[in-house]
Amino acid sequence: MKTLLRRLSVILALSALATWLALGRNTGWTKTSVTTMKTDPVTTLEYPVTEKRFVPGIDLLGVSLAGAAALAGLSFLGRRSRTNPS
Amino acid sequence: MRLHSSILFALATATAVTAAPLSFDFKDPKGVNNAVFKLDAPLEAINGTANGVSGTLSFDPENPSKTSGSIVVGTASLHVANPMMKDHMLGAQWLDAAAHPEIRFEIARIGAVKTEGGYFSGEVTGKFTLHGVTKEISVPVKATYLKDKLGMRVPNQKGDLLVLRSTFTVKRSDYGINPGAPQDKVSDEIEITLSLAGASPR
Repeated sequence: MKTLLRRLSVILALSALATWLALGRNTGWTKTSVTTMKTDPVTTLEYPVTEKRFVPGIDLLGVSLAGAAALAGLSFLGRRSRTNPS
Repeated sequence: MRLHSSILFALATATAVTAAPLSFDFKDPKGVNNAVFKLDAPLEAINGTANGVSGTLSFDPENPSKTSGSIVVGTASLHVANPMMKDHMLGAQWLDAAAHPEIRFEIARIGAVKTEGGYFSGEVTGKFTLHGVTKEISVPVKATYLKDKLGMRVPNQKGDLLVLRSTFTVKRSDYGINPGAPQDKVSDEIEITLSLAGASPR
């Protein structure tokens, strides 16, 4: 059980970190849309174009790492096996 | 024949002298018209956009200081990338979009008008309404009159375009927007950049 919890903890932490790195290393809050500015050729005005895209932020990374830490912590709870003194 | 020419000339002259100001509609189906807002607090920067722009301006290229009308931004069109932040921003504690669906600027007068290479610039004073609070403010505006350019945006449509650019700052505390909120997390100053094009079809 302890081993399972520790493995889950490592998997959760690594996958959260990998996802955060792969999806843009966003150091702000999690985004569900991304806005880029384009220029209208006639008026030369800049205007925003928003597309739906999930970009995890440090809030989601923090929650995932906290979850992983909690799992790791749980693995240290419970009864320890004691060696017989005799 | 000579009489006809004289009448036509007189009519043309009279029309030129009494040319009415043009009416420009700022509801833009292309979605280019927008407002960008920035709040730069020490602990957090918030950036967003709004594209629910409408309004009408009366503009005379021969006399830009006589421009009148209003520009409206739909409060619900304000957008930030984080969905929870957007819910909070439009909610009752902050902008209360349900109770105050419009952000409006109504022109009262224009001063210090300058013309430089096809651009008009001036200080526009008017009533700015945000969160149900109306205050008189003055903002710098740069305008470009693009005669006969509407057809380049809307095929087979003759007309003119009026392009407006302005950047100004308001304080959220002046407009009663959650004035008790800590300013190190949500800046009191809101920098607003307007990029607008109005159409005057013929």
